[in-house]
Amino acid sequence: MSGFVGIVSAQRATFEEPLNFSCGKVLPRYELMYETYGTLNADKSNAILVCHALSGHHHVAGSYADDEKNIGWWDNMIGPGKPIDTNKFFVIGLNNLGGCHGSTGPSSIDPVTGKQYGSNFPMVTVEDWVHSQARLADQLGIHQFAAIIGGSLGGMQAMQWAITYPDRVRNVLAIATAPHLTTENIAFNDVARNAILTDPDFHGGDFYQHEVVPTRGLRLARMLGHITYLSDDAMAGKFGRGLRSGEYKYGYDIEFEVESYLRYQGDKFAAYFDANTYLLMTKALDYFDPAQHTEHNLARAFANVQANYLVVSFSSDWRFSPDRSREIVKALLHNKRNVSYAEVTSQHGHDSFLMQDEQYFAVMRNYLERVAEEIR
Amino acid sequence: MNTSIIESRPDFAAIAAWIPQGSSVLDLGCGDGSLLRYLRETRDVRGYGVEICDANIATCIGNGVNVIQNDLDSGLADFEDQSFDFVILSQTLQATRHTEALMKEIVRVGREGIISFPNFGYWKNRLQIFNGNMPISKILPYQWYDTPNVHLCTLNDFELLCDHLGVRILGRHVMNDSGDVNLLPNLRGSVAAYRFKRDV
Repeated sequence: MSGFVGIVSAQRATFEEPLNFSCGKVLPRYELMYETYGTLNADKSNAILVCHALSGHHHVAGSYADDEKNIGWWDNMIGPGKPIDTNKFFVIGLNNLGGCHGSTGPSSIDPVTGKQYGSNFPMVTVEDWVHSQARLADQLGIHQFAAIIGGSLGGMQAMQWAITYPDRVRNVLAIATAPHLTTENIAFNDVARNAILTDPDFHGGDFYQHEVVPTRGLRLARMLGHITYLSDDAMAGKFGRGLRSGEYKYGYDIEFEVESYLRYQGDKFAAYFDANTYLLMTKALDYFDPAQHTEHNLARAFANVQANYLVVSFSSDWRFSPDRSREIVKALLHNKRNVSYAEVTSQHGHDSFLMQDEQYFAVMRNYLERVAEEIR
Repeated sequence: MNTSIIESRPDFAAIAAWIPQGSSVLDLGCGDGSLLRYLRETRDVRGYGVEICDANIATCIGNGVNVIQNDLDSGLADFEDQSFDFVILSQTLQATRHTEALMKEIVRVGREGIISFPNFGYWKNRLQIFNGNMPISKILPYQWYDTPNVHLCTLNDFELLCDHLGVRILGRHVMNDSGDVNLLPNLRGSVAAYRFKRDV
């Protein structure tokens, strides 16, 4: 039966070698927070890297001794006997550069100025992340990952790994992701960013010095994002037109259940997430486009890919629709790579990739069992 | 495992016999992937399956068979022209809705196509119709009201379609429960496999 990885603790890796970013800036040194589950085997061939999406972090599975209710964000997928089986694999979760969960990010202290980076933090791309993650792999002595797995923005990192380091990843599991964002997706991101950028408490990104937080903007950004991660059917099913008091109040306070839910989600998020990190993550999403270097031909962008692929999409995901996953599949077919594609019927929209679903989990489990067999 | 597959599906043996070592194969309606797995293990075939059913997708993946979840009736848009040595459609033709369009897609994507299907002209089927009922058999196990089979045909019918589409038949293998059928195939054969290509 499926088990729980139990109590885990985060670790901090330090990198003293400068990192060059796509935007031209350089970080002289940086730190990455990470967690690991399972045991690295003797030839270090059973490692799996889990890349996180927009608001994710390194706490992927298990809970903390001093905070047992703080369960990792993909705990349903990772653990002994679970699809990403920690009895077989050594699983690494990390917080990406620019994040706000302990890795070097806009709220970290810039050693040059002694103040938070704020607006000075480099704009970060998926390629930059992959470079920074490769150094973590080096430090852990892992030359090649058995698999790199990610949903949404995490899937983009997994795909970029296979392009940048074709010999360092044997399998890519690209879930609810896309070869680049649609125009509509960029538009949604820009509205979210504008909510933050126009918040008077944002101070051009240097709000730390003013000892304020642009919570209003961050809250709006999250509310908008949240709507797009769900499907119309899922929201209708969950809230309908339900009213909190059962009747119209003819005012602007919370009336509909969905308003209550969104405001709660917005408040919760704004209380802990960093506004600059949110901006950086959405820009990384917008910029990702491996085919930009190959005249918008994705098949050519994938020409050097060696990894086997599992591509998974969800029927009700309109932000990263099944059609976008099919573009990935088509480019891999052109290059005659091993690829399987599952289109999971789910009503939960983009969020489906975080949900427990029988078909989704069977596909993940079966694929990873084959990966584990290859290692033996 | 290999021999049991061939025993349970005699058309698989006929199909496999046409496929040289190391070919590339696209298996449409690949089910649980057993034909592709058999071809990989015996002929070092590189291939992909196309399948719609969720359970089969998970099983194929568990079998280490590349599988793309797709509805055959929506076409083969993900696959490029002449990108496979063989495109196979085994015991699925009769359940496709846009059969003519799919035939065109098969010869577009594959340098050759291989199709196996139940022969509706088999004498036992004819006998049941003669007696006043739709045929039910091991190969056609459904009642008329719950069958997925919407485009049943005889060998003659299939050959007429090939002619109509400008498709050249390169080989034919007709079978029944007792083995291969050479004499009166449209009457005595219960299953047929055809190998064909687009007439250039």
